[in-house]
Amino acid sequence: MKYFPHTQQDIEQMLAVAGVKSLDGLFGEIPQQLLFDREFALPEAMSEAEIRKFFEALGKRNGDLVCFAGAGVEDHYSPSVIAPILSRGEFLTAYTPYQPEISQGTLQYIFEYQSMICELTGMDVTNASMYDGTTATAEAMMMCVSIAKKRNRVLVSATMDPKVRRVVETYAKYQGVTVDLIAEKDGVTDLTDLESKLAADDVAGVILAQPNFYGIVEDYTGVADMCHARKAQLVMNVKPSTLAVLKTPAEWGADIACGDAQSLGIPMTYGGPYVGFLACVNAHVRKLPGRIVGATTDVDGKRAFVLTLQAREQHIRREKANSNICSNQSLMALYVTIYMSVMGHKGLKEACCLSYSGAHYLAEQLVATGKCSMVHDKPFFNEFAVRTTVPAAKVQEALLAAGILGGVRIADDTLLLCVTEQRTKEEIDTLVSIVNNIQ
Amino acid sequence: MIRNYDKLIFELSKEGRVGYSLPKNELKEKYCPCQLPAALKRESKPELPEVTEFDVVRHYTNLSNKNFGVDTGFYPLGSCTMKYNPRLNEEISALPSFARLHPATPVEAAQGALEVYYNLAASLAEISGLAAFTLNPYAGAHGELTGLMIMRSYHLQRGDSKRTKVIVPDSAHGTNPASAAVCGLEIVEVKSTPNGTVDVEDLKPLLDDTIAGIMMTNPNTLGIFETEIPEIARLVHECGGLLYYDGANLNAVLGKCRPGDMGFDIMHINLHKTFSTPHGGGGPGDGPVGVRAGLEKLLPNPQVKKDAAGKFYIDTDEASAGYVSNFLGNFGVLLRAYTYILTLGRENVKMVGPLAVLNANYVKESLKDDYYLPIEGICKHEFVFDGLADKSTGVTTLDIAKRLLDYGYHAPTIYFPLLFHQSIMIEPTETESKETLDEFIAVMKKVAKEAIGNPDIVKSAPHSTPVRRLDETTAARFPKTTYRQLKG
Repeated sequence: MKYFPHTQQDIEQMLAVAGVKSLDGLFGEIPQQLLFDREFALPEAMSEAEIRKFFEALGKRNGDLVCFAGAGVEDHYSPSVIAPILSRGEFLTAYTPYQPEISQGTLQYIFEYQSMICELTGMDVTNASMYDGTTATAEAMMMCVSIAKKRNRVLVSATMDPKVRRVVETYAKYQGVTVDLIAEKDGVTDLTDLESKLAADDVAGVILAQPNFYGIVEDYTGVADMCHARKAQLVMNVKPSTLAVLKTPAEWGADIACGDAQSLGIPMTYGGPYVGFLACVNAHVRKLPGRIVGATTDVDGKRAFVLTLQAREQHIRREKANSNICSNQSLMALYVTIYMSVMGHKGLKEACCLSYSGAHYLAEQLVATGKCSMVHDKPFFNEFAVRTTVPAAKVQEALLAAGILGGVRIADDTLLLCVTEQRTKEEIDTLVSIVNNIQ
Repeated sequence: MIRNYDKLIFELSKEGRVGYSLPKNELKEKYCPCQLPAALKRESKPELPEVTEFDVVRHYTNLSNKNFGVDTGFYPLGSCTMKYNPRLNEEISALPSFARLHPATPVEAAQGALEVYYNLAASLAEISGLAAFTLNPYAGAHGELTGLMIMRSYHLQRGDSKRTKVIVPDSAHGTNPASAAVCGLEIVEVKSTPNGTVDVEDLKPLLDDTIAGIMMTNPNTLGIFETEIPEIARLVHECGGLLYYDGANLNAVLGKCRPGDMGFDIMHINLHKTFSTPHGGGGPGDGPVGVRAGLEKLLPNPQVKKDAAGKFYIDTDEASAGYVSNFLGNFGVLLRAYTYILTLGRENVKMVGPLAVLNANYVKESLKDDYYLPIEGICKHEFVFDGLADKSTGVTTLDIAKRLLDYGYHAPTIYFPLLFHQSIMIEPTETESKETLDEFIAVMKKVAKEAIGNPDIVKSAPHSTPVRRLDETTAARFPKTTYRQLKG
């Protein structure tokens, strides 16, 4: 077996040192009835060539589709330099940087990641990353409750991606936190409903999305003041790729920003791995869960980086911890750090522009077929909802037959369609002509 | 190797440089985000670097040279199972037929991916002796939280709401009590006996109708097998509680005995430990959670199932403990773990535990004259020294750890478990050769001798690393966590 270095002679010599006669003897203390004594019902070992064939065959049972789906996961341009850097064993096979003297690579890229996330969101401080956007938002909810001390109710807008909402609700349920929905009105958060729900003075935090689940860019003017007047934290779940253009959570007055950074070029890979981010204003840094990297110097005065503010963390606080997150999503944080380095502000803006142009062109062309109408009359970014005159499932079937993933169906007659910089005008035109030809 | 490379990516930036190429935008005259209302647009400019593609490659390559991974050298970090991460796993996880798959793809166009999920879950169930697995949790700690949510749901759905406490041994990983607290459970600590196992006599009086269950690792964090587990399982079940198995130490018993057979009801597995997926400097991992028969409905949503015709589909269950992730976990990590299991096959999976345990015992026996071994006897995959055998040197565990860096090793886990003051926890894993272990043993002995003959060189270590000991106090007192703050 290529992963086991032991020769028979090695085993014998090592057993002699261990003072045991056989490998079974190493498990001599285990009660007999607990020992597993049959063959595993698993396949026999496969060679490298067999494994390649095996997965290629499985891969053929996945459709290779032109993606017009979003709903939190988008098909973005992934610069070619990222994968080779990530595959360097020094990054790939390292553990959490507990020994900073031999982990400066990891620690420095996390510092760069933190810097870039703060630049994009405008927030003061961020941690070293979270698992994904859903759990980062759940952690933001927990931060709010911890900051508020005696309040255990949070509000989530009905325009939030339901996938995020249900994770927040799950975490909340076990902590005795109440999650109430803020009503939706014409595709955006109903601010009158928000105001009335805040009036009870028992809300720890308000969680809003930008752009929202329908791709709409909501106008949150005055919302931060509304929350702060009632001593509630404002949490914004944002899509980082849009922040080259859209008003930042800091500019909206948010206390906490969170979300998934998949939109920064991470492959879709059927749901993960992605990376969540969680950032906040300086005042809440001690409530921020997870790892944080800070700059310092070594004994020779050299600049260096280290895990810092660890008194917040689970391995110190154990049952008093606000969060049980133990690590981060380091390699994917490196992914987006390299992405942001390669793209810069200019590249991000250009990708935004391509996505925006494509989505608005698609929307206009679909409406022109007469088979679709816009569900909302609101500014949107690169995703939008259309109502279909034929069942949406039928539209998706026709597109699937042509190798196109025709959005996400959010009602029997409603599709959520997303366009990124990856989609060409030809692909958009193909989609439109197929829709146009549906009888 | 460029030893003194110390630039931040921001310090390479020069206005006007670009590192990307995007297609021409044929539509921008007509549709442009500049058309958005001013109130919705960004006012400030983000200070991101302006660098070329080559700058980026050289920068991060130089950074990687300041890092140490399993690929670099021996990494005996206890409880972290730093085994070899096969390259084939990486190749398979990057296959475009999986990497390009959107989670909202209709199931008929995602059958290959769903089969991977389903079969990996079934393989883990067979390996651990439980009925069913979810692969949705993203990491070990996330798996713990999910498992405890299942535990709580089990009691609540029986109409039993007074079970709000969970028993955790004093030797447990820090995540155990933290996960329990996040799940809304109160922690009750059970003491260890002098030989490091759960004290059954201390456990008995804790067991009443407020106990939701107990969290254990077996072998425990000292690398000792809890031989009284059948009795513990009987007692906990008798009082109406469930047993949770923290799979962090599963590598020790892989192929020899199964948590399900030990009496555990719920467990998590760290794919990035036992199943060879890389740690990536702290993630992404994956933390599958398994349950015994009768608890399957409680697994988180969504769930992957197979119909009578052999077609895979995605299902949700009303009784589920809830949603803990975006979709089906870190799917790319699942591909790696499944590749590993298929590479090992049934004939080699059963050798993992025995060889890992052989390596640990070999190192322990070879070093116990130089380092103080508080608990004698056969260990499992790891063991703990309580500092040097010679207590007169003033050299601490931290010093030893730092000196090992000079010799080209990653340090063991230090100051954990908390049962001893100078814990040094060593886990070699099965993928290390006798020669590697012999060299490590020789270096450990040399450090022990230095501690006596030349303690200063140990106390001031490391000497040959890219940076030396860091000022952590200033870092925490005046936190500078971004480039903007650093520039001041």
